[in-house]
Amino acid sequence: MSAPPSAAIGVLALQGDTAEHLRVLRGIGATAVPVTRPGELDQVQGLVLPGGESTAMAKLAERYELLEPLRKRVRAGMPAYGTCAGMILLADRIVDGARDQRTVGGIDMTVRRNAFGRQSESFETGVEIEGLEGGPVDAVFIRAPWVESTGPGVQVLGQTAEGGAAGRIVAVRQGSLLATSFHPELTGDARIHRLFVDIVKGTA
Amino acid sequence: MANTAENDKTVGTTRVKRGMAEQLKNGVIMDVVTPEQARIAEDAGAVAVMALERVPADIRKHGGVARMSDPDMIDGIVETVSIPVMAKARIGHFVEAQVLQALGVDFIDESEVLTPADEAHHIDKWAFTVPFVCGATGIGEALRRIAEGAAMIRSKGEAGTGNVVEATRHMRSIRGEIKRLGTLDEAELFGAAKEMRAPYDVVKEVAELGRLPVPLFSAGGVATPADAALMRQLGAESVFVGSGIFTSGDPAKRADAIVQATLHYDDPSVVAKVSRGLGEAMVGINLDDLEDSQRYAGRGW
Repeated sequence: MSAPPSAAIGVLALQGDTAEHLRVLRGIGATAVPVTRPGELDQVQGLVLPGGESTAMAKLAERYELLEPLRKRVRAGMPAYGTCAGMILLADRIVDGARDQRTVGGIDMTVRRNAFGRQSESFETGVEIEGLEGGPVDAVFIRAPWVESTGPGVQVLGQTAEGGAAGRIVAVRQGSLLATSFHPELTGDARIHRLFVDIVKGTA
Repeated sequence: MANTAENDKTVGTTRVKRGMAEQLKNGVIMDVVTPEQARIAEDAGAVAVMALERVPADIRKHGGVARMSDPDMIDGIVETVSIPVMAKARIGHFVEAQVLQALGVDFIDESEVLTPADEAHHIDKWAFTVPFVCGATGIGEALRRIAEGAAMIRSKGEAGTGNVVEATRHMRSIRGEIKRLGTLDEAELFGAAKEMRAPYDVVKEVAELGRLPVPLFSAGGVATPADAALMRQLGAESVFVGSGIFTSGDPAKRADAIVQATLHYDDPSVVAKVSRGLGEAMVGINLDDLEDSQRYAGRGW
């Protein structure tokens, strides 16, 4: 098998909406490949951790010996972007996880799982993202987590503006790690994916 | 009820419902009847559980009218696990669906496994904030359900039989018809919509996308890791497993094996490895032995 071009971005493909992330990344001209095994992880320059069930993903990552390699790569500076369940996986600490739920970690934050409630409370709204031009992003929250607290190195990029859960942190960045509670892969608004591609290229 | 905006925050939109279905892709949804089973399912890496009073194999055994589960039973499971909880309502029984939504379930299965409550109409699923999954034996049925607001389609294999032959037929039929739609010209698409008794807009959308506008999962008769991998190779994005896990010899091990086979469905060495030492599979039923009244796939219109 030939190695993918050097700028390849992986999308973790253990479970969840991997296909939607691949579609958005390819739509903005990035080379994007699914990652299920450690060998595939070695080939990519950056990684998207998609939405899905964080418990199922963590279990499968452990089973297929991806959890430790993921931790190593993230610690060594590989850019990563997590949406929803992916945000949970990138959190150093979680609240309301399943029994013994493990994460990859990397972002110095505490994330509350299913914080916005069950599916009937899932919602759409606009969220202003710092540094992103063109107005608020169209944000789809699905049984979404929020960021309860952040360490000193974490930049808060966006908070919910309205409703019962106003002012919750829903987008963060720490160095080359990016995480959102919501799912830009479901809306056709590719600005956050563009930001991530720029982080991988080293231009953002 | 649906699409209620509160300070620019909108719940129950099509994107929120279909988006929820997308999150369950590449996974296994398991039927459970007790909180203990729900925990085993969660520990095995299930992406969701279906809370039921009886698994389909037992519904077949006991006969009588099969209805929505007891709210206490559903509450018990909702409290036990942190993954999404689904529950079944009878076809056309919109009040059962209202109750399930009020209980806070994350997804409703308008299911032929329960005794239908309406012989002509399905539930108007647009009227709910909670998403619905519906069964389909072919493309026409799938598109009618999507037009009624279903956020996910699954095959309608004979639940509780441990026999995948019907699910295979439905998956092949739906996928084959999607391919055929892609080859039709505009005039022919109008004809196809008429033939399928489905709205033209939905038919055209499928022809353009080359897939359904909602996720396509498989359900009915999956009992082994190889069955799950078969459904995935036939185009199912996830797999529902009903009676197959908790009527088998070693449920925890089988649940885990089916999760792995669903992920690595295209790697026979993984499917082989996880198929070892699973203990006894459910006995199963040959469909020729089923009376017509006991066939679920014909329920729904």
